[in-house]
Amino acid sequence: MRRAFVETLCAMAREDERIILLTGDLGFMALEPFRDEFPERFFNVGVAEQNMTGIAAGLAEAGLRPYVYSIATFASLRPFEFIRNGPVLHRLPVRIVGMGAGFDYGHAGATHYAVEDVAVLRTMPGLRIAIPCDSGHAAAMLRATANQPGPVYYSLSKDDSLRGILSDPDGAAGLHVLGGDSDLLILAMGAMVSEALEAAKDLPATVGVVCSFHPDPRRELAELLPRYRRVVTVEAQTVSGGLGAFVASVIAEEGLPCQLRALAVREPHDGLSGSQRERRARYGIDARAIIEAAR
Amino acid sequence: MCYVGRLPGKIDVREVRRTILRQSRRANVGHIGSCLSVVDIVATLYSGIVRIPAGNYADRDRFVLSKGHAGLALYAVLAAAGILDRAELDTFCGDASRLGVHPEPHAPGVDFATGSLGHGLSLSTGAALAAKMQRSARRVYCLLSDAECNEGSTWEAALFAAHHRLDNLTVIVDLNGQQAFGRTGDVLGAGSLDARWRSFGWECVECDGHSFGKLSAALAPAEGPKVVLARTTFGKGVSFMERGVSPSRPAIATHVINWHYLPLTAEEFDLAMAEIAA
Repeated sequence: MRRAFVETLCAMAREDERIILLTGDLGFMALEPFRDEFPERFFNVGVAEQNMTGIAAGLAEAGLRPYVYSIATFASLRPFEFIRNGPVLHRLPVRIVGMGAGFDYGHAGATHYAVEDVAVLRTMPGLRIAIPCDSGHAAAMLRATANQPGPVYYSLSKDDSLRGILSDPDGAAGLHVLGGDSDLLILAMGAMVSEALEAAKDLPATVGVVCSFHPDPRRELAELLPRYRRVVTVEAQTVSGGLGAFVASVIAEEGLPCQLRALAVREPHDGLSGSQRERRARYGIDARAIIEAAR
Repeated sequence: MCYVGRLPGKIDVREVRRTILRQSRRANVGHIGSCLSVVDIVATLYSGIVRIPAGNYADRDRFVLSKGHAGLALYAVLAAAGILDRAELDTFCGDASRLGVHPEPHAPGVDFATGSLGHGLSLSTGAALAAKMQRSARRVYCLLSDAECNEGSTWEAALFAAHHRLDNLTVIVDLNGQQAFGRTGDVLGAGSLDARWRSFGWECVECDGHSFGKLSAALAPAEGPKVVLARTTFGKGVSFMERGVSPSRPAIATHVINWHYLPLTAEEFDLAMAEIAA
């Protein structure tokens, strides 16, 4: 979704001169289109994510619309407190782009695995979280949240081949439901939706795309969930605080009679790296694991 | 030694000090020494340096009290400047109050929420960059504690500001020589702070942090970002605070850091107020 992000941001920046892009020294061979078209609105702040986030708050306070960009772990975890005490506390329109969700950065190793960002950021009700599942969805969510008065975090996969999962999606919606007449519902976020769809080929299953927190699709899920006897959630996130935790809270608080299996990262890092495919299999969150959980 | 003086211009620093003592006593809170050390700096800024143009509030100069725990000093100066209603001072540290220990922008005249040390210079740098991008002549002033020069984020911001030649950004460091659990020289005192700022590309001047004249001169704009190392005395204006003594509680060992934390007893309040009045 990296190309979709840059293209969409350029299009938005042509319409809105308040848009500024800050990067923490990342985006080589990706962000150049924005830099070249809007050189006065592009800043490489260096490998300094806390300062980047603080600067963004200062820019936003003056009425500008800063987007800050880094690899998801560095965009969310290193400056977490700066996000909390900056755009969230001040309710400022800073947009934080975390590139490389879940195990996107497979061979780079655990320091680059974004398996906590959504869970950790979800602790702050004042931060909207957008988790598109494909490039078209990313473009739609960027546009739909462009004028949100408060801050937004975008969890984006760097995989540009994720396309066509949703057709002409409403970028403001928190839940999209993909077909299926079944008693099994698979809920997934972001790039993991492709795993859910892969599993659904072998199962009769409905796939639900959860893509927003604050606001979250609690109400929509409360209506949807009672139609399914079994629910499997799958995410490349820690089991604490991500999608599974959210769905569990909806089931429990609404008193719904659903059997939930939450597939997520439950173990500490094993000290190894691998392809995204291998890492998903290793932590039991790939299509095969979904099929197994559905039995 | 008693502090005697009235600033030329609008802000009466004795009244500011009285307000700090009065409100600290009423709310029974600490941070009094921290507040007293920055009174003259903040008062000087609001005595004609920080500009708030009539009818164009959005283009006002920004002041970031990065040393957020001196919030009461800011409130007292804002009240003296007529920006904050005096009556609201009595809500300091009250319930559902806009005036907590650390300032937040719900309070009139406060631009940014601070209190987590090391955040303010980044905010200020962003604000200064915004002014440049918007082709505004407005300036940004940021008051750091000397302890904030421990934080890496302070130096990230310093590098950025120097690299981008943000000449509309002025930092004042409250150089009182101590921090929350030790003297600055004993905690992370290697090298010279002056040399450090200069090596990061900042113009650096030192001055007496309790002199309106010296501060005003030091705060004149420069060709790039500028830092004023303002030499201050912790607890300035109250002799027993400056000496780290609690007259009511002799069992508390004398320590310069005491008045970072201690609230005032009734006796100490009277003693302190008498010194300010003298």
